Amino acid sequence: MSTLSLRLCLLGVLGGAILLSVLNLAVPATSAMHVPTYTVALVGKYLSYAMLALAVDLVWGFAGILSLGHAAFFALGGYAMGMYLMRQIGTRGVYGNAILPDFMVFLNWKELPWYWHGFDNAAFAILMVLLVPAVLALIFGWLAFRSRVSGVYLSIITQALTYALLLAFFRNDMGFGGNNGLTDFKDMFGIPLQAETTRCGLLVATAVFLCIALLIARYTVTSRFGKVLIAVRDTESRTRFLGYRPERYKLFVWVLSAVIAGVGGALYVPQVGIINPSEFSPANSIEAVIWVAVGGRGTLAGAVLGAVLVNLGKTVFTGALPELWLFALGALFILVTLLLPGGIMGLLTRGRARPAATTPAPEPAE
Amino acid sequence: MTDHADTLLYLDGVTVSFDGFRALNALSLVLERGEMRAVIGPNGAGKTTMMDVITGKTRPDTGRVEFGQGTDLTRMDEPAIAALGIGRKFQKPTVFEPHTVWDNLLLALAGDRRPRFTLWARETDEERDRIREILNTIRLAEHRDRRAGDLSHGQKQWLEIGMLLAQEPQLLLVDEPVAGMTDAETEQTAELLREINRPRSVLVVEHDMACVRALGVKVTVLHEGSVLSEGSIDHVSADPRVIEVYLGR
Repeated sequence: MSTLSLRLCLLGVLGGAILLSVLNLAVPATSAMHVPTYTVALVGKYLSYAMLALAVDLVWGFAGILSLGHAAFFALGGYAMGMYLMRQIGTRGVYGNAILPDFMVFLNWKELPWYWHGFDNAAFAILMVLLVPAVLALIFGWLAFRSRVSGVYLSIITQALTYALLLAFFRNDMGFGGNNGLTDFKDMFGIPLQAETTRCGLLVATAVFLCIALLIARYTVTSRFGKVLIAVRDTESRTRFLGYRPERYKLFVWVLSAVIAGVGGALYVPQVGIINPSEFSPANSIEAVIWVAVGGRGTLAGAVLGAVLVNLGKTVFTGALPELWLFALGALFILVTLLLPGGIMGLLTRGRARPAATTPAPEPAE
Repeated sequence: MTDHADTLLYLDGVTVSFDGFRALNALSLVLERGEMRAVIGPNGAGKTTMMDVITGKTRPDTGRVEFGQGTDLTRMDEPAIAALGIGRKFQKPTVFEPHTVWDNLLLALAGDRRPRFTLWARETDEERDRIREILNTIRLAEHRDRRAGDLSHGQKQWLEIGMLLAQEPQLLLVDEPVAGMTDAETEQTAELLREINRPRSVLVVEHDMACVRALGVKVTVLHEGSVLSEGSIDHVSADPRVIEVYLGR
């Protein structure tokens, strides 16, 4: 990824978020320049998805790990945030129970399950947003990479992981609201969620976190660690004969990627107002891979661009011709794979010398 | 354990079977410190399997593989054996294609291999000096900023040899270094190998008899997974058994 594309991406994300907020808050609703709050929330959602895309690109583009279950980490971060927002509702719920969320009262539960304790505390909830995806990724990655599971087998296992979580979270007994998930949030850190200023604040916060994640990812892939990682991606066995342990490199970047996805999920939930098990659905993870492929694998900025553009297309398309969207998405993926192997970023930088180390091999090794 | 203090590599009765096929059959081999040895043999003689066993890629069914003062290599994996000082060059040149020549050497330089180090590592002056020195040895100084994937076949072979040098191994395993090279490149490569050999031991697997002759070292002939003959190139070329299975066709 070139420095130019990184700068443009940071500028676009931050500048765009601030501009939209100003146009929402400072311009009167009667003006043609006014941006409706609906749009602010929508763009906030796109930027949360962009964090998921960035996470996918980090492992797929730079470590050759094609994860088809990355939305699981996104959803877990989202649930951790959702649990905090649920506890914030307090007595304003339908049943007016100060401790138990509505769905627990409905299920006739008498006390809060142990794993819900602490989520009334914002700091604890934020810690869990980072920790839960990280620990799951650590355990999963340690087992998979140590056993040298890679390629399509690893992709299938990641898919199974998210599907298993989908089924588990559907169950009412799990204590996460089952089918309906967590919703009806009132406020966050004591600030009402529906207020326009909160909406704009969330959008700008998402933009800031996305930029921080971009900078961390960029540092990681351009460091000597990143060079080893790219070497592992293309010729894993060779790195072993040089004395590197590829499993440790993969594990680090895998956990980092899960954390970025988790933070994305945590920012997504307050802006969308709901988190339910459908976020674990395998289709979501596959869609995230398409965003990255469209934007350009192994470019980081391309992942952000791809996520925003494809989701914008989805919003427009599902409004006009909802039944055709999935066909359009599938066609897009096939066309990009066939005609634009470098994605949009590859098209934009065609003809210009690209930094050698970040050009991904057409096929992941092994 | 051997009694010789100057034995670097010691293989004794090493047997490896794949689905009943004996790739190595009670193979024994002793390599001295600072020695260069050429290993020849027809296809399927077990040359590559022998390298796999030494570098930890394949575990032998039976037999002993010892390095230096009795370090048992059969209990170690590839990164541990590499860290011990055994470098390997593959038959097909395997360099890190998207990286520059410089970065390839940087990644190969002896040093801390843990992520917690490489995440924060900065190039030091000693590292730069060492890389420049190697670039001169392998004659790739003008190509330092080129993508390794854009190098010619012969240049990739040299880069890989350079990466081995950067590892500062005590023992170098080199698999068919002149395969696919021009005559001029073959000669240069043989010279390069002799240069490398000065402070360290080298085990060269080679098909090309011209190259083996140019190296002028002791030769071990493998056949069906064990040693058929051993000695100077003239000695083994005159051995009737060698002529029968390999040279005389």
